[in-house]
Formats: sequence, C-alpha cells, structure tokens
Amino acid sequence: MIVHTQQPVLEVHDLTVSYSRKPVLWGVDFTLPTGCIAGIVGPNGAGKSTLLKSIMGLIPLSSGYVKLFDRPLEEVRHRVSYVPQRESVDWDFPVSVLDVVLMGRYGKVGLFRNTGTRDSAIALDCLDKVGMSAFAKRQISQLSGGQQQRVFLARALAQEADIYFMDEPFAGVDAATEQAIIKLLREMASANKTIVVVHHDLQSVRAYFDWLILLNMHLVAAGPTDQVFTEEMMQQAYGGRLSLLSQVGDVMEKRAFPSREH
Amino acid sequence: MIAFWIILTGALVAITCGLLGCFLILRKMSMVGDAISHAVLPGIVIAFLLSGSRETLPMLLGAGATGMLATFLIEYFHRRANLQTDAAIGVTFTFLFAVGIILISVFAGKVDLDQDCVLYGEIAYVPIDLWVMDGGIILGPRPVYILSAMLLVVILFIKVGYKELKLTSFDPAFASALGISTALWHYLLMAAVSLTTVSSFESVGAILVIAFLIGPPATAYLLTHDLKHMLAITAVLGIFIAFAGYWMAYWLNASIAGCMAVVTGICFASVFVAQRIAKRKSSPAMPGEAIG
Repeated sequence: MIVHTQQPVLEVHDLTVSYSRKPVLWGVDFTLPTGCIAGIVGPNGAGKSTLLKSIMGLIPLSSGYVKLFDRPLEEVRHRVSYVPQRESVDWDFPVSVLDVVLMGRYGKVGLFRNTGTRDSAIALDCLDKVGMSAFAKRQISQLSGGQQQRVFLARALAQEADIYFMDEPFAGVDAATEQAIIKLLREMASANKTIVVVHHDLQSVRAYFDWLILLNMHLVAAGPTDQVFTEEMMQQAYGGRLSLLSQVGDVMEKRAFPSREH
Repeated sequence: MIAFWIILTGALVAITCGLLGCFLILRKMSMVGDAISHAVLPGIVIAFLLSGSRETLPMLLGAGATGMLATFLIEYFHRRANLQTDAAIGVTFTFLFAVGIILISVFAGKVDLDQDCVLYGEIAYVPIDLWVMDGGIILGPRPVYILSAMLLVVILFIKVGYKELKLTSFDPAFASALGISTALWHYLLMAAVSLTTVSSFESVGAILVIAFLIGPPATAYLLTHDLKHMLAITAVLGIFIAFAGYWMAYWLNASIAGCMAVVTGICFASVFVAQRIAKRKSSPAMPGEAIG
C-alpha cells in the first residue's frame, strides 16, 4: 500500500541500490508531503540507513532518481540537512561542541571563508534550542550519548534547512532526551519543516510519526501512520519475527510501563 | 653557524611534516604518510634518470607523481577489492619502494643516490649544499630555501582549507551532504604530504620524515583536545626536537637524523608516562565521587 501526495517535498522514484552488485534496495517508490514527521521503519538490514544515504547522494544509485522540492539534490543542497548516525564519527576528535555546531554553517559560508559572528550567534541559538548552551565550550569527548545526539541535532538546526534526514536520532538516548528531541521535531514540523527519521522502536511509532515508510529491502508500505501501522502491514515487513515483539509491546503499553528508563 | 643551519633545517621539516601529520592522525591514516614517504622513491629515481640532474623541480614532479599513484592505488584496492586499508597500504608501498631500490641498484653507476641516503638522509651535509648566485654571492644552504617555501605552502594550504580539512576528517558523510568533496580534500592532503616528503627527505631521510609526520602530532594529541592547539603544540615540539636532537647527536657523536627521531620518541613516551602518573595520582579521589 503506497499513498502518494500531490506536490511532494520528497519524491523517490523506482530507487534501486546495490552494494557490490548485491541489491539492498529494490524499486523503492514513494512521496512525502510538506511539514510531516515521517518514520522509516523496518527490521535490521532492511536498508533504512541505505535509503537515507542514497537520498543524500552518498551512495551511487543503480537505478531510479530522487527529487527534493521537485529538483535534483545538487540544486537544493542548502535546503537539505542530514544527521548521520552518532556512531559514525570519532567523538575523541579534538573539537569543541560549538565547533561541531558551526560545521552546520559551512555550507552557507562557502569555500575559503570563515564562519563569522552571525554564524556563531546562530550556532549558540541552536545549542540553546536543544538545551546544550551550557556545553558550548566543552570538548566533545566529554559528552554522554544523549548529549552527543543533541549536538548533532543542533548542527542540523544550524543549517536552517527545510527538510531534515535523521539516521537513528533516538538510538542510545535516555528517555528525557528522547522526549526533548521529539518535542523539538514537532515544533519544527509546525513551522512547515519536513522531518524524516530512521527509527526502530515500534512502540513509539504511533505517537511520534504522522507518516510512515515501511521498508524491508523493498517498500512494504508508505502513507499516513494510521493507515500503514496495522498488524497486517507490520507482519508483511517483519515476517514471523514480529509476534513476540508485539506481545511484549502490548504488555508494556497496558501497564504504562516506562520501559526505557530501566 | 653550522649548528644553526642544521637545526633550522630539522625544525622546518619537523613543522611542515607535523602540521600535515595532525590531519593524517585524525583521519586514522598515519600509515599512509609512511607509505607515501617510501613510495616516492621510484619517482625520484625515474625523474633523476630522465633529467640527469638532482634539480629540485624534476624531483618534486617525479615524487609527487608516484606519491599520488600510491595514494590512488591504496584507495583503489581498498574500494574495489574490499581490501582493508592497512593491507592495501602494505602491498602498495613495499612494492613501489622495492621498485625504487631495484632502479637504484640497476643504474647504480649513473645515479648519484644510494639506499642509505634515501633511508637516513644526511642532514649534516645541509650547510655545505649552498645556493650560489651567478655573481658568486652565497645565499646560504639550498635546502633551507626549499623547505621554507614548502612550509609556507603547507601553512597556506591549511589556512585556506582549514574548515574543509577539519570537517572531512571529522564527519565525511556530513561533509558530502553539504556538497564538500571528500575525495578532493583527501587527494589535496595526500599531494601536500607527497611534496613535503620529497622536499624533506633529500636532507633528512625517509625514517626521520615518518617520525616527524607522526611523532609530534601523536604527542600533541595526548596533550590537548583542541585542533588549533594541537597544530601549535606540534610546531613547538618540532622546534624543540630539532634542537634537542642536534645536541644529543653532538654529544654522542652519532647520526643527527637518528637522534632527532629518538628525541621524538622520547617526547611521546615521557608525555604518555607523565599523563599516566597524573591520572593515577588523581584516581584516589574517584571512589569518593562514586559514593557521593
């Protein structure tokens, strides 16, 4: 089941991606409306991160195309932001929190020029939005996992983009940070920004996302969450493995047990 | 005056190599510097055979070409054959270095180069390698001019490309997403390493070049968590090592390049040990914190 939208902010058309001739994504085809918080969900190895990377042009496509704001990525790069997985970088790298957030301004500043006071002001403002302004001068090696994620988020905010792609922003993050992040994402969405998030915790899907992309190497479903997030669709994406997960999930929800804090 | 020229040469090489080495270390590519410094050998020999002289320009061109060839081969084997980077480095540079050695031994009669000179260099001869003008005016040792020019080029390169070098080292995926070419900056850095290696190792030898590429930046990395401070500490360390190495060689009547490399190692070891001791001293306070 694939629900298409008129005047999509993102259009992925017949996308196929392979690693050394082995396809990892097959004929993925969907569109996203403006101002939604979309989740990319699927089992391990479903190609969720790969989908994000191919949209960002980090992996060559075997076939198909991606259009953002009805244009190829090259023409609208300054309106697109990307948050890589937290583990993808070396957090012992000798830079400060503010340095990392300023990197979000590099695309706007251009080659051979340095970031100015206006960029610093924007960066500090973004740090404030994620509740990390007290850490601006801190070395990134001293941050906890949740703080690292907030810094990455602040860097993305500093790009002042219109669409944000986030690779597992909730991975290894405590409950308080997760709530702070989702609150921020909602504020951004209400300011008509579009947010695409790779996610793997099925329990929070209904609460967090208003659009869902269900992936398992091929596209299982894409559309509004209440239409896509059904037992039948999830079974299709996860196969038999889901039953145990969903039972555990049900128990958790009934007891209103805050599972992530323990 | 001899001491001055030798120490100045050593310091120039140490600073130039160290500044580039900072970025190599942060990109986890220290051994690429090692590889390039060896792989430039066949390029130098071929440039020498073709031009018939030890002029700087053909040497730089020849070495730059093989340095880039080595970088390219390493990337190619790594990406196309899915070989681990360190294995790709090992295969590439030993092969190219060996080709260089064979070229030297085959053309031994015609080439004013030998393996010892390549590996150990002879920094002690720097003061007599003078640059004499047509009118007979002596301007001082030729290598000092070449190395100073090289240092200026490297400082300019890092100054201009600082933010791109920093970002492509820290988070290549994010850099690509911004439209900054990670491949371009990778090859620019490697080209700078190739040229630096070549202009340096004629006077100080391949081993000291590697020591300078990695030793001071690794020591600075232990001392600071700020990239700009790391570059500054590396430069200061380079000057200190050139001084200490020279006087150590003077007292021991030993190889100057060897002593400088040893001092580099001692610097790293003493900082490492000092930090260990400092950590152990501060650790008794830790259990109290844990209880609180």
